[in-house]
Amino acid sequence: MKLGFSAAEEEFRRECADWLNGQMAGEFKDIKGITTLTEKAERRKEWEQQLATHKWSCIGWPEEWGGRNATLAQQVIFAEEYARAGVPGRVNHIGVELAGPTLLAFGTDAQKKRFLPGIAAGQTIFCQGFSEPGAGSDLASVRTKARLEGDEWVVNGQKIWTSLAHISDWIFVVSRSEEGSKGPKGLTFLMMEIDQPGIEIRPIKQINGDAEFNETFFADAKCPADSLIGAVGEGWKIAMGLLAFERGVSTLGQQMGFRNELDDIIAAAKATGAANDPLIRQRIAKAEIGLQLMRYGAMRMLSNTDHSKIDGAALTYKIQWASWRRGLGELAMDIIGQAGEVAEGDAYEWSMLPNLFLYSRSDTIYGGTNQIQRNLIAERGLGMPREPRGDV
Amino acid sequence: MEFVFTEEQQMIGETAKGFFVENATSKRTRSAMASDGIDRDLWTGFCQELGLAGVTVPEIYGGAGLGQVEFALLAEAAGAQVAALPMVGLAMASQAILAGGTDAQKAAWLPKLVSGSVIAVCAGSADVTAQGDSLTGTFEFVPHGASAEVFVLGNDAGAWIVERSAPGVEVTAHVTMDQTRPLATVTLRNAHGDKLADGAAAMRAAREAGWICVAAEALGGAQEALDRTVAYAKERVQFGRAIGSFQAYKHRLADMMIEIEQARSAVYWAACAADEQSSDLPLALHAAKSFAADTYAKCAGDMIQLHGGIGFTWEHDAHLFFKRARAIQSMLGNGNWHREQVASMILGEAA
Repeated sequence: MKLGFSAAEEEFRRECADWLNGQMAGEFKDIKGITTLTEKAERRKEWEQQLATHKWSCIGWPEEWGGRNATLAQQVIFAEEYARAGVPGRVNHIGVELAGPTLLAFGTDAQKKRFLPGIAAGQTIFCQGFSEPGAGSDLASVRTKARLEGDEWVVNGQKIWTSLAHISDWIFVVSRSEEGSKGPKGLTFLMMEIDQPGIEIRPIKQINGDAEFNETFFADAKCPADSLIGAVGEGWKIAMGLLAFERGVSTLGQQMGFRNELDDIIAAAKATGAANDPLIRQRIAKAEIGLQLMRYGAMRMLSNTDHSKIDGAALTYKIQWASWRRGLGELAMDIIGQAGEVAEGDAYEWSMLPNLFLYSRSDTIYGGTNQIQRNLIAERGLGMPREPRGDV
Repeated sequence: MEFVFTEEQQMIGETAKGFFVENATSKRTRSAMASDGIDRDLWTGFCQELGLAGVTVPEIYGGAGLGQVEFALLAEAAGAQVAALPMVGLAMASQAILAGGTDAQKAAWLPKLVSGSVIAVCAGSADVTAQGDSLTGTFEFVPHGASAEVFVLGNDAGAWIVERSAPGVEVTAHVTMDQTRPLATVTLRNAHGDKLADGAAAMRAAREAGWICVAAEALGGAQEALDRTVAYAKERVQFGRAIGSFQAYKHRLADMMIEIEQARSAVYWAACAADEQSSDLPLALHAAKSFAADTYAKCAGDMIQLHGGIGFTWEHDAHLFFKRARAIQSMLGNGNWHREQVASMILGEAA
């Protein structure tokens, strides 16, 4: 067990920091410090390409696909320095962190050649088409249909909560390809180009006034027959494989965003005098401890190579961070007080801390609600009986 | 950077776990509870047959020369069975002597502590005055104080080794809620003490070792409380179903696991930071002590609740966990105190 970084790793840290700070002080200083996923989307696509040009886009990928074969320690370091430099979140995080690893694990050589260079280069932005109006927590009950007609798949139905679909080029879609099948059987995983007459995107306005999510409608939408990842009927397996990547190294970058949020709260507490309130001091200390434990939990999860046993750190990770961040939003509002109720300008737009308060209500819902997480933990982690299925 | 146990560490953990599961049985622990809270055969077995009491002590003093990660594995395994042992005394006294003692003091005492032939405990108090080697003062709530043959006592201004048999040493045993770690008051009236070379270093090392020890015990206890409750949830049937199939029940089990996984990260972060002497050690120690203690208290409390009436009986072991957890929360700085230390690091002192 070892926590420290080697001299070579510290040197790598300086290299990352120098390059990122240089970018944020230079050509890309206009996007420094942005905290929402939607602001200045076009510039941030250019930033994706800038990362790619300098081989910082997907450092954990193999070198032949544009990565650096980076070690876990290097990926930790890059994620830390990325956030420390105030670089905004990746608009192509779904491509780099979910679609890419899924293709690497399950794609054919031809599919890798077709998609990976574009993702690595920051040219192909991906979004995820899993949830439907009738398939939220019960994801396996998707009803969007896919049928093979000649050398094309034809897709009909509706997806919802498709984050960033409005700025994406491609969507991966889980749909029912076997007529009459139920649950996880008979599903198929397709890669579809968004810019076509059969796909329509409608933004969903959220409680914070922003519109990061969308409804995505498919009306005879088409993709070539070889857009299928895995075999026909293997869609559930591929989707579950993809979701496992969500708990991977991408969590580290997310955590560094949390670090910036907590640092803002600490600064606000000092500025408002709340830092002298013993109750606020306890809550800030708890938040700090929670964030540190999230970091070391992620280290345990990522260092673990024994996948024969249930990994408790991985299984409990989602509910831990989501609950922590929701609490952080509440703490932020308790510290800034009524100033947090008032927007800075004329629009219904929120600065980092009030936005955190509103946005974090979604954290305990998307990607599996806290209630579903508790079912999973109790069933998979502790061997409790599974919830019975109803027949409504 | 690799936050997983080495093979050697895994082996130590498994050996210790097997030893305590087999030997620290409820029957033996209860028999120790009825006397002075130490299972002597278990202590001898741990120190001599298992030979692990000196895991953090250098080999020249009879130890294994390993670190706090290895010690935490032992304390976790002992804590999981609420073993009646002077573990925290050993951890604190041996680290105090190692960090602040002269070579002669180390050579005189460490081999005896490590072999289990002498039971040592350590306590701090602001209320101690020294005239030369003659000490006067009172030390309250000393764990296993009535069983100790030697004490390491003091504060950051100075620390001394005091033998129980020395004239002027008076020990009053107290009936204690956690009978596996009874508390005592140690009063010194012009008692002879052997001054450690660096009292501040000794007491700091003792505190750090104590925090890691009880945090690791808490982790082990919390996990065991969950494991035993999970077993009960599968076997107990009401309304024609295993009670573990009710969401109100299984979500509570899930909540226990969520806290325990964080406590595990905290304990091994702190132990590893101590071994590497990394700059975030103080933060790690305060995090580990406060978080693991609270996790244990929650899990042991839930253990009683989720067992229903049987969990409230003296016969069931749930109260052993519950009482140990409460004692760990209060000892060596409570949760609010540790979190205030963290707050001071981040925010500065409160105005």
